[in-house]
Amino acid sequence: MITQTLFRALDRKAIFVVLALLVVAVAVPASNLYLPAGHPLRVPNHFVPLFGKYLTYAMLALALDLVWGYCGILSLGHGAFFALGGYAMGMYLMRQIGDRGVYANPILPDFMVFLNWKELPWFWHGFDMFWFAALMVVLVPGLLAFVFGWFAFRSRVTGVYLSIISQAMTYALLLAFFRNDMGFGGNNGLTDFKDILGAPLQSGTTRAALFAASAIALALAFLVCSAIVRSKLGKVLVAVRDAESRTRFLGYRVDHYKLFAFTASAVMAGIAGALYVPQVGIINPGEFAPANSIEIVIWTAVGGRGTLIGPIIGAVLVNAGKSWFTGIFPEFWLFALGGLFVAVTIFLPKGIVGAFTGGWSALKARRASARAEEGTGLSGDLEPSPAE
Amino acid sequence: MGRQETLLYLDGVCVSFDGFRAINNLSLIVGHNELQAIIGPNGAGKTTMMDIITGKTRPDEGEVYFSGTVDLTRLDEAAIAELGIGRKFQKPTVFESHTVWDNLELALKKPRDVFSAWFYHPSEEDTDRIGEILETVRLTARAQERAANLSHGQKQWLEIGMLLAQDPQLLLVDEPVAGMTDAETVETAKLLKDIATTRSVVVVEHDMSFIRDLAARVTVLAEGSVLAQGSLDHVSADPRVIESYLGR
Amino acid sequence: MSAIRLAISMIAALLLLAAAAPSMAQTDPLQALVRALPKGGYGDREKVILELAATGDARVAKVLDALGRGDLYAVKDSAAVVTATGRGSTMDTADPLSGETLGKMDKGALDRIRVNNRLRRAIDSAVGQLTLMGGSPAMRLAAARSMLKTADPDSIEVLDKAIAAESDTAARIAMEEARAAAVLKSAAPLADKVAAVDTLVARGDREALALLTGARGDASAELLPAIGAGIATIEDRLAFWSAMQNVWYGLSLGSVLLLAAIGLAITFGVMGVINMAHGEIVMLGAYTTFAVQEVIRNSFPGLFDYSLAIALPLAFLVTGAAGIAIERGIIRWLYGRPLETLLATWGLSLILQQAVRTIFGPNNREVGNPSWMSGAFELWGLSITWNRLWIVVFALIVFAVLLAVLNRTPLGLQMRAVTQNRRMASSMGIRTPWVDALTFGLGSGIAGIAGVALSQIDNVSPNLGQSYIIDSFMVVVFGGVGNLWGTLVGALTLGVANKFLEPYAGAVLGKILILVFIILFIQRRPRGLFALKGRAVDA
Repeated sequence: MITQTLFRALDRKAIFVVLALLVVAVAVPASNLYLPAGHPLRVPNHFVPLFGKYLTYAMLALALDLVWGYCGILSLGHGAFFALGGYAMGMYLMRQIGDRGVYANPILPDFMVFLNWKELPWFWHGFDMFWFAALMVVLVPGLLAFVFGWFAFRSRVTGVYLSIISQAMTYALLLAFFRNDMGFGGNNGLTDFKDILGAPLQSGTTRAALFAASAIALALAFLVCSAIVRSKLGKVLVAVRDAESRTRFLGYRVDHYKLFAFTASAVMAGIAGALYVPQVGIINPGEFAPANSIEIVIWTAVGGRGTLIGPIIGAVLVNAGKSWFTGIFPEFWLFALGGLFVAVTIFLPKGIVGAFTGGWSALKARRASARAEEGTGLSGDLEPSPAE
Repeated sequence: MGRQETLLYLDGVCVSFDGFRAINNLSLIVGHNELQAIIGPNGAGKTTMMDIITGKTRPDEGEVYFSGTVDLTRLDEAAIAELGIGRKFQKPTVFESHTVWDNLELALKKPRDVFSAWFYHPSEEDTDRIGEILETVRLTARAQERAANLSHGQKQWLEIGMLLAQDPQLLLVDEPVAGMTDAETVETAKLLKDIATTRSVVVVEHDMSFIRDLAARVTVLAEGSVLAQGSLDHVSADPRVIESYLGR
Repeated sequence: MSAIRLAISMIAALLLLAAAAPSMAQTDPLQALVRALPKGGYGDREKVILELAATGDARVAKVLDALGRGDLYAVKDSAAVVTATGRGSTMDTADPLSGETLGKMDKGALDRIRVNNRLRRAIDSAVGQLTLMGGSPAMRLAAARSMLKTADPDSIEVLDKAIAAESDTAARIAMEEARAAAVLKSAAPLADKVAAVDTLVARGDREALALLTGARGDASAELLPAIGAGIATIEDRLAFWSAMQNVWYGLSLGSVLLLAAIGLAITFGVMGVINMAHGEIVMLGAYTTFAVQEVIRNSFPGLFDYSLAIALPLAFLVTGAAGIAIERGIIRWLYGRPLETLLATWGLSLILQQAVRTIFGPNNREVGNPSWMSGAFELWGLSITWNRLWIVVFALIVFAVLLAVLNRTPLGLQMRAVTQNRRMASSMGIRTPWVDALTFGLGSGIAGIAGVALSQIDNVSPNLGQSYIIDSFMVVVFGGVGNLWGTLVGALTLGVANKFLEPYAGAVLGKILILVFIILFIQRRPRGLFALKGRAVDA
């Protein structure tokens, strides 16, 4: 049964995407490490973590697409799950610094010594072990999403209401993490990391490995999403998106389905955050800002929601555009981003991928329905269905 | 008929919205394998009655029992649907971005939990059943098309097909022939009568010739309660019915 | 060097003598007493002070004041006494009694008349007595208040006299309180002391509490219960007023929330349009105020007190027009797609923020309070600032006007018709696109005038809107969509709740708690406090 489900996930398109990601996972690090400097095909050092960052963003956008594109839940708080995963990883990296910090305290991170704390808060215990931190990367965002979703979906909070309270959730976390006494470094967050699993973060090999890990994680996330959306589970999710109450009258527990998608998506976002932090070298409360979460939505929208490849393309394109734009005219980036929001929603509601495949499948559908018209006994009643 | 012998039993049901009594002391019985038609003017409470039976609206007072023993007022929509009550809406609601086939696959009676759905793989029996239903509702040729591309009448039939796939004991059908041609209407009546040989069907409709084709017991609702009951000829002779509904 | 200094001081002394000559001609007894001040030791000086006070002359107060401040100097090589102020080697001098200026003098030619703490007390009480008997009611009140602080048993007699002669109620009450404070410290009989405790309890503020707490230390056993009860009464009253103060702060915050949310109550509540650029519309209103004040400051400084009156209609027009443009340009393409509307308007908010940043710069802009909005006043135990008071009043006025517009004008009728049944309204001849545009314009205009008000209490910066958008949505959703009264109740409730949580949880944690509360609340009642019920809701 499970093998069938997995097998179904690997249709031709999916195999192509996964293979492409695996090639990237090998090619970029290899070109950076083994080609001589100055070679035209060599990826320069500073591009490796930059591209790695894009890949984690792509994974985040993919996670959002699972709930928004397929299940119709527009979460404006997905940045929170990303940031929580990032903080879990950041706490591990903090503990790895050991006595190499400014205050050379073997147990306490610098900011705690600075705040005159005498011992490690309870929730920092265990983060010196990688497996524990990795578990928390999955568990903390997953648990938050589960609890939040359990309340929200059971009481049938939908549409913009859900969007607004998910935004309030990340806003509340933003305020909380800014507080020094929360024990997460306050305003400055966690930074000055030294190494991960014993490997120095500044070295080229570590960066290359992190990049490869990001690409592989993205490929896995893509596979999982593909296995979900191509199964009957995925069809139910789309059914919930299009006609929630009809789905309920068919006997499906809509809240369970939403909760599953929301939690799975949050876990994916958390893992993306955990891969993001060692590559950018810092995590601070700014990641919880509501504006960040909305930006994820626009990546997904630009690429094309309701498709699996769309969010990946969107995240990479928008962020590459951002890097390029802020390099040339920084003061115009917000104009461009704002314009993108407006233009995509009005002119390109299905995104880049949707615009391509939409044109193609509309053509196919027209041909098919022309054929069906001849064969069916019921005369094609052309009365337009009453629009909303 | 005592409560135990009925399939659906409503007694003294009341519900109001902001002081307006949509349903007022409504009592109604549906037996096993019975085809019953419900007519009544707009605002008589027909749709609200269906909302109460399917768990969308909770009654303020009164009893609603299924199979004589199951108290429907305590269950939610999904649980009621799983019990075996299927509903077709007034406005045809099918899953427009799914194919006709997928619509039926989703409706097919199967475990409804998340993980069963994830690892579901259609058995031969399932595909046969879907093929059968497609034949019945005459959509075989369009099975792989998106439901959005169907005509209004075809969507009505697809929804009836989804009801069949659910394999319910009781079908609640709200205005099934709206937007259908005369020929389609006759076909639909035949189909529903056919279905009623093995299960119970409650049809809400305005189309009198359709009701006549059904040849079923008719219940007239007005202002939230039952005004008259009996054969179509019997109720259409009732002066109160003429006053409140037919005459206008 | 010393020769030059000598020469300067000689000239100065000559000048002084020349200036003082006319007054010397008069035989003023006060003059003689003042000139006696520098002589002898502190004991002699105290006697002179008492004598001065005994004259009852109003001019004495000024002299003693100067003495207390250390501004009274004896001129070397002469008998004259002057007040001298200023830094550096030369000082401005004046006659202590007449206040007549006597020109600059070299510091070296002057000798400060020294006072110690004992003398200062004597001076304070002498000045108090002098002012108690003469001067304006306001001065007498001030004197009585300062005597409450010193609480000198020796002043009881003076106060008794002053109370008997006092005609101004406020001044008399202050004197009685000062007397009570003095009585508590004196060796007066028990009954008098109990009465004094009662007087202080009637005053009932922190100062009275401090006096009673001080008196508890050396009170007799008989007096202790009265003082204890008095302290308890005052503490209860203070707790009550601090709660009232919190309510006031809460109402003030609530009215700010109301202002920020009320435009949203129209665009989101009535039209169902999610306008994430709402905060930026508020910001535009605030910047309009800034621009108006800039023009006034540069060209018509006299009109500054009217700047808000000018900015209000202007902000309404600017933001209303912006709102209509947004509706026509963006939102009308997205009706029925609320999530897309949310995204498009968010994009718009980014553009507006950046536009303002480009035009006005990224920093906070100074928007001044007109004179009638600055300062504060005391009401019972509350301290109330004028700008907060005006904002509460203004928010309520805006609310009332909006309610009237929606319920009593043809536009309001058409708006309600369109939102309830668009097709029916349009078939009855209502031009629904216009109604949409005007409704959105109205909501935006209201947001704009909210910006004018908020510019008075908040920083006017490109981030102004961001800080209000989430709160505004919380208020509307909490109060119940489509219900203006819900918005009012929601805003005030959240404001007061926030201010009551603050002392216990701190400002940030309080805000987090409120957010968590609302998140849970919406899940309990997804349609807010004042929800519509029925079949139509889900449609």
